[in-house]
Amino acid sequence: MRQLQLPGRLKVAFKLLVNDRTKFAALLVGITFAVFLMIEMTSLFAGILSRASSTVINIGASIWVMDPAVQTVANTIPVPDYVLDEVRSIPGVKYAVPLYSGSALLKLHDGTYQAANVIGLDDSSLFGRPELLKGNIEDIFAENAFIAIDDSEFYKLKGARIGAEFELNDHRGVIVAVAHVASSGLFGVPTLYTTYYRALQYIPSTRYTISYVLVEPKSAADVARIQRQVKAAGYLALTKDEFIDQISRFYKYQTGIGTNMMVMTLVSFIIGLSISGQTFYTFILENLEKFGALKAIGATGRELVSMILFQATFVSLTGYGFGVGLCALVIWLARLYLPDYAAMITFMNLGLAFVMVVIIASFSSYVGVRKVLKIEPFDIFRG
Amino acid sequence: MTKCAIQAVGLNKWFGEGEARTQAVKDVTFDANFGEMLYVVGPSGSGKTTMLSIISGILRPNSGSVKVEGTDIWNISEDELAQFRLLKIGFVFQDYHLFPRLTTVENVAIPLILQNKPWNEALVEAAKDLEIVGLKTRAELPPVKLSGGEQQRVAIARAIVSRPDVLILDEPTASLDGDTGRSIVQFVRAHILTPERCIVIVTHDSRIYEFAYRIMRMEDGKLSGFDKGSLDAQ
Repeated sequence: MRQLQLPGRLKVAFKLLVNDRTKFAALLVGITFAVFLMIEMTSLFAGILSRASSTVINIGASIWVMDPAVQTVANTIPVPDYVLDEVRSIPGVKYAVPLYSGSALLKLHDGTYQAANVIGLDDSSLFGRPELLKGNIEDIFAENAFIAIDDSEFYKLKGARIGAEFELNDHRGVIVAVAHVASSGLFGVPTLYTTYYRALQYIPSTRYTISYVLVEPKSAADVARIQRQVKAAGYLALTKDEFIDQISRFYKYQTGIGTNMMVMTLVSFIIGLSISGQTFYTFILENLEKFGALKAIGATGRELVSMILFQATFVSLTGYGFGVGLCALVIWLARLYLPDYAAMITFMNLGLAFVMVVIIASFSSYVGVRKVLKIEPFDIFRG
Repeated sequence: MTKCAIQAVGLNKWFGEGEARTQAVKDVTFDANFGEMLYVVGPSGSGKTTMLSIISGILRPNSGSVKVEGTDIWNISEDELAQFRLLKIGFVFQDYHLFPRLTTVENVAIPLILQNKPWNEALVEAAKDLEIVGLKTRAELPPVKLSGGEQQRVAIARAIVSRPDVLILDEPTASLDGDTGRSIVQFVRAHILTPERCIVIVTHDSRIYEFAYRIMRMEDGKLSGFDKGSLDAQ
């Protein structure tokens, strides 16, 4: 089988780069560290954003009807019951159900208190119910029944199992099933699911009680009409993706988290750019006379540029690979010891870091190329 | 009848602008023949290196022409000139300019690699030339592990590996002790000079004049005359 062969001059460029072990190591460390920091920062942010939308992701409704002042799924503003009826009367609505989302303070079997999210599902349809790991879904209709979610906060319920009891506002609660959801919450508290009416019964509520009206349209074409009619009634209807985007925008632009993460990512980029740019520049300077000699021997400017671009590309992509690997390793290790660790590597993070590495490689090779193209072979003769 | 390898006519070269403008080469005309070892000598600043750069196609003169093997090298494109240098002219630089991160044999193979010869084939050919200069056993060492004389031989092997018609040596003995310098030039004359090759050497070192066929003297940018070497051209 024919092996893929590098052109000879690129092999020379490769050897010049990797055989200068100190500089090669410095370049790799610089780029790896920068990529690690960039991906780590953006992954943390992606993890926070994903967890901030966990209820939206886990319930999975196509359209969410809410008060127009709602900014995140956690900050609910209850809507009157008639909104549910009004939504159900809109043509194009297949069905609409209420959802309760709130928080409560649990008194656990050992006497300690633990805050929890409580999700109340529509009693008749149980729309948005989680995937059960243990127990039967029918048991949710039993007296005092709750489903505990086995996510990264589950341990805070202190050995919760089927039959375990707790107190909630002087009401007895019993865990009748353990379930699994796609995304854990952001605020570090366990989640319990129950029926809508039990949630209202157990948790003190305001005059209006429905946190969200969940809507399933008959077809995708009905979404716009439903949104228009809900808006005319003075409320807001967002698709699942629109609601997730709104929550993301809130955390990005109104909490300072986005700005801080962006600044840290930018700092990582500048660190990577300066370390690798400076090291690559020194590398080129040290080899400048040799490149001049190659020019005198008969290498064209294009050939020298291709050698430098190859070096910059090789070191950047290798550093990128190491950086991604290191970040994945750190996140994996962190999750072993910190189940709440909210970092998530997405294609967007990888793409952003890749673009920044390409900029680092372009900048580094630009300074090198400029120097090499300027050198005159005559300077080599002059010494 | 001797065949002309280099024909330089009316070469002039200025450097700088305004009051700082100086003429490094003044109306230099000469021929160099195949089978000849031509020395260019003169004091520092006499224009030797500038003239050498012009005839080897790396420094454009302000006026005049240079024909190497009949090709008017300053009337062809940059890329053609680079290709011409690669195939027809071999260089031995004063400081050798070997790549310390490559092995000795890889250094020698560089002109062949630039000619896009396959890597392994280039190394095999380079190893043969290392054998010619007596350094076959040093092939896998980096140049920094070699003595000054050995490095000079590696530079010579690199210069001849593409079988150039013209070989340019810039101060080949400047970094060497007297005996090593003499032995290097003696070696060049005995093994590298052929009837099909012209060798031009720029030097200050009068101890190696004995190996020249002709000695071209330069002074203040001008050609001040020719001396006959101790041996005539063959």
